[in-house]
Amino acid sequence: MDSHALLFARAQFAFTISVHIIFPAFSIGSSAFVATLLVLWRRTGRDHYHRLARFWTKIFAVSFAMGVVSGIPLSYELGTNWSRYSLAVGNVIGPLIGYEVLTAFFLESTFLGILLFGWTRVKPWLHVTSAVLVALGTMISGFWILAANSWMQTPAGHIVQNGVALPVDWFHVIFNPSFPYRFTHMMTAAYLTTSVVVLAAGARYLLAGKFQEEARTLMRMGVGMVAILGPAQLLFGDQHGLNTLEHQPAKVAAMEGHWENTGPAALVLFGIPDQERELNHAEIALPRLGGLILKHDLNGRYAGLKDFPKADRPPVLPVFFAFRIMVGIGVLLIALGLVGAFLWARGKLFTTRWYLRAATFSWPIGFIAILAGWVTTETGRQPYVAYGILRTEHALSPVSATTVGASLVAFLLVYTIVFSIGIYYIRRLVLGGPKPATVAPGSPHEGLPNRPLALGAEHHEART
Amino acid sequence: MNPQNLSGLAYWLPVVSTGVVGLAVALYVIMDGFDLGIGILFPFYPREADRDQLMNSVAPFWDGNETWLVLGGVWLLVAFPLAYSIITPALYVPLIAMLLALVFRGVAFEFRWVAKPHHRKWDIAFAAGSTVAAFSQGAMVGALLNGFRIETGQFAGGSLDWLTPFSVMCGAGLIVGYALIGACWIVMKTSGETEKTARRYAQPLLLALLAFIVLISVWTPLQFEHVAVRWFSGNNMLYLSPVPLITAALAFSCWRGLKGRHPTIAFNAAVGLFVISFVGLAISTLPYLAPPSITLWQAAASPKAQTFMLVGTTVLVPFVLGYTVFVYYTFRGKVHPGEGYH
Repeated sequence: MDSHALLFARAQFAFTISVHIIFPAFSIGSSAFVATLLVLWRRTGRDHYHRLARFWTKIFAVSFAMGVVSGIPLSYELGTNWSRYSLAVGNVIGPLIGYEVLTAFFLESTFLGILLFGWTRVKPWLHVTSAVLVALGTMISGFWILAANSWMQTPAGHIVQNGVALPVDWFHVIFNPSFPYRFTHMMTAAYLTTSVVVLAAGARYLLAGKFQEEARTLMRMGVGMVAILGPAQLLFGDQHGLNTLEHQPAKVAAMEGHWENTGPAALVLFGIPDQERELNHAEIALPRLGGLILKHDLNGRYAGLKDFPKADRPPVLPVFFAFRIMVGIGVLLIALGLVGAFLWARGKLFTTRWYLRAATFSWPIGFIAILAGWVTTETGRQPYVAYGILRTEHALSPVSATTVGASLVAFLLVYTIVFSIGIYYIRRLVLGGPKPATVAPGSPHEGLPNRPLALGAEHHEART
Repeated sequence: MNPQNLSGLAYWLPVVSTGVVGLAVALYVIMDGFDLGIGILFPFYPREADRDQLMNSVAPFWDGNETWLVLGGVWLLVAFPLAYSIITPALYVPLIAMLLALVFRGVAFEFRWVAKPHHRKWDIAFAAGSTVAAFSQGAMVGALLNGFRIETGQFAGGSLDWLTPFSVMCGAGLIVGYALIGACWIVMKTSGETEKTARRYAQPLLLALLAFIVLISVWTPLQFEHVAVRWFSGNNMLYLSPVPLITAALAFSCWRGLKGRHPTIAFNAAVGLFVISFVGLAISTLPYLAPPSITLWQAAASPKAQTFMLVGTTVLVPFVLGYTVFVYYTFRGKVHPGEGYH
């Protein structure tokens, strides 16, 4: 076992998948947002929905392209760096990814062509339908990839022969114990995160005194979604946690910094977990609240880290802190939504400047929460890559540390450059704001610009 | 393992799966072939208006085209985990190079418009990314023909085993091939100066591709005995004689199509050349998926995994092809400068 190769391969997968997840999360939300705007436009005929739809379609297109190109390497890294993983669980995981390609990738990518370039090329109903199909495609994609990930966390419906997991019952493979919770939690996170970006964009225009009509719509839709999805996510997250406690108790113990099961479990608010000495430094804990949260019972107790052999414990420190970051941001988002809803009810949503200012700065926090959540669940699954079936260290390809290290550096360089520029472009598009419609709705000879005009020339205007 | 001893399903499932992987890869090579080819030809179009037209002619399709690459890779993983776990580490370097190159060219489709007027770097990214991706794919085909060092069912070679004069030649050959199919696409989909330029390059590219095809056809049987045996032993030469004959006929009709202003015929013939080369390649390597020792039966996944995937593929691929055709139909005809899709 080459420990450097293992370290580089883990770093590479962690890095590439972390960069990747940002874009699909935003694309899932944005595609649904665009589809909603287009449906509203067709139903009401109100022009600003159309301007917003065109505007957000561009943002969506840039994000989607980055999601596609950052996603393709992942499916091949399973072979280049993790060939023993592919051998051991490929029979189960492979078809799930295969179904993702067949049911989602083709649907998204094909109808994306019509959504982006078909504004006047196809009948309006077909264009709206394409937008809906793209949004549907992103959901189906989430379904399969989260089924695959959930199976790695809570495997079911399989047997293991000679170290190879073989499928027995596909229904149980797909709907494995953690899947419904993870799917709900992640999809909600994607919509919530995008809603925060929508809200932030609206707040920015209001503060700048630009695009008033569009800004109000963005604010209303953003606040409405955050106010509903924020608290809902609290509920979904709680349920997901209970499920994890049932199936991956060591992960929950790491999330909570819970070492010993000696009585009603306390809730550790803060601490610095020490893997070696098996305790938390500088711990601040509230008695019995841990039991209340995880067992919904003030006398509740659950397994501590010391109940698991040292070799079977996940790294506690990253799991503990990532989980706290996620929950902390969740609380902030709930506040953002509820305060916004309160101001809206009082008729002050568009004029309360401190709220608008806070909202403009909130755009990245949903993404940070998503990343923190994935660090929690993926690191919490260690030392296994497929829980209870295959240890991460046994999943590596027979490749040298030099090769993996070199490709890690290449990925770091390329991704940092390309995706930083991409995020900068998205930011610029958002700051540029929606442009007056160049298409008169419903007219037979719409002067629809082609791509250079749609994205290029309009941008010239924005820059001059 | 002697395939004759396998029972019906255990024999046929891997055969069908091989067909599906082959189909996905072939569809990928054809469809992404012309849009990679356009990237390869980008440097020959210095004018921005031409480049806009080229981009517009493939922009609605590129993403769908590239999805076939994912399908091919995933199918290989699903149906042949053993082959996948040998081939991917063996082709580590060209595979990573291809993936990174595809990142650059893929984002260029969107970034280029957003960056205007500062889009030059994305022109370069598009052209270089397309060229590197094409070279890597060709080199991987060459390395596959070369075979891998396999011990106890694992790749046991080094990171640069793939790099041989033969694989480099295959890489260069695929660049030329993609450039040809791209040029035929441009002739078919654009007009004016853009079309004329492509017309000028297409015929030399066709000749160059034929030279590569001849070179590879001579080189492989000389270097690889099993290839020589497959093509020239017994009556095989007679049975396989249609392959070179069809190749010649396709080359002829591509030439005629380009000369006689029938761009659709030229494009279809160029596609045909890819298909027939692919068939030739399959004849040379099968039944080995990871030459020289792992056959498709040895590499096969559990029947349960294969049937599950096959059911989905059989039901879903017709739909996929259906709406793919629909999108190509929607954006049919020539792209005109400045007016986009009208």
